[in-house]
Amino acid sequence: MAETLPLPPAPLQSSEPTPAEVAALPDENARAQPYWNSYVAGVALGLVLLAAFVATGRGLGASGAVTRLAAHTTQKVEAMAKGGTAAERDTFARHNAYTAQYINDESDSLDDFLLYMFVGVMVGGFISGVLAHRAQLSTSMGPHTNVRRRLLLASLGGFVSAFGARLARGCTSGQALTGGATLALGSWAFMLAVFAGGYALAYFFRKEWL
Amino acid sequence: MEPLAPIAKIADWGSVPTIAAAALLGVAFGFVLERAGFGNARTLAGQWYGYNFAVLRVMFTAIVVAMLGLFGLGALGVVDVSRVQLNETFLVPQIVGGLVFGFGFVIGQYCPGTAVVAGATGRIDALVFLGGFFVGIIAFFFAYPALAGFYNSTGMGKVTLMDGLGLPLPVVVVAVVLMALGGFAVTHVLDKRFGNQA
Repeated sequence: MAETLPLPPAPLQSSEPTPAEVAALPDENARAQPYWNSYVAGVALGLVLLAAFVATGRGLGASGAVTRLAAHTTQKVEAMAKGGTAAERDTFARHNAYTAQYINDESDSLDDFLLYMFVGVMVGGFISGVLAHRAQLSTSMGPHTNVRRRLLLASLGGFVSAFGARLARGCTSGQALTGGATLALGSWAFMLAVFAGGYALAYFFRKEWL
Repeated sequence: MEPLAPIAKIADWGSVPTIAAAALLGVAFGFVLERAGFGNARTLAGQWYGYNFAVLRVMFTAIVVAMLGLFGLGALGVVDVSRVQLNETFLVPQIVGGLVFGFGFVIGQYCPGTAVVAGATGRIDALVFLGGFFVGIIAFFFAYPALAGFYNSTGMGKVTLMDGLGLPLPVVVVAVVLMALGGFAVTHVLDKRFGNQA
């Protein structure tokens, strides 16, 4: 009787997916819906921004809320370490010229337009993700890197962006989008500089994404 | 016709309606960012590596729509544009800040708003990015005494592109629209050349 040789395992895929194919996958979750067309999303985002102008006279923002939270945390942690609320009057955050704009007698450091918006952004992002089957624990990264590298670079990128956002008095939301639409000179300078800085450095991190 | 908007300023909203508006606008903002694919660092990275131009398309479409809406309603007398927030310009720190922010963007592949949305849908890398951002902000507080001179340099007040370029509003508006359309056209040419899925 002839021996039946086990068949070699069929290759899962004849060739590796291109970065474009990887990026086109909406998520690791097979049930995830595709993203919106970019121009549809752009019109929707523009209408949200316009609604902010018309309703409130203000724009959108994200980094301002983190800045307030950070100032508030600095204040509370130091006061706690020094022994409670009595210590709150003589702290770093009170004396530092930057954080003193948030930590003072006149205002509540957490009662701010951008912080309420920040909470809304979390909720809105979560609702959208759940409805589109995209909410699940995962790490988004390129096809040829590993989770440890990705997380290390994500934390470093966050740290570096914080300096940029504070020097520029805002980030992609408050400067590029809001200031872009209101035609603020400094916001346009910021936006062009972001693209310039990004493309200048992109080559050195290409292996993380391609 | 008396302008009707910004409504919060003309109707003199108190804190509760303002808070509600901020939160609702935030929900809409977060929802759209997630739908655009910005809760995924791979989408954002596509801008720098040429495999997905959603960042440029979404951003410039949004800027054009909001700009045309704002100045169009302004011209009709519905919105008092002078009462809409205009960012102050500090030219050199904003250029340097933009470059540094661009470096951070490419290293981490998020910006604060997109990281919040990504984090809210369970992206661990986005939460780590936000952690780094938070620590970076605190580091900035400590560095501020040394940076204050630079931070407050080249202050020009609330100036616009019209002031900076010496051009009237309609010319600047048309130029921004043409720039956006030109940018979109370039991304479609690149899509074809790189064989990206449309």
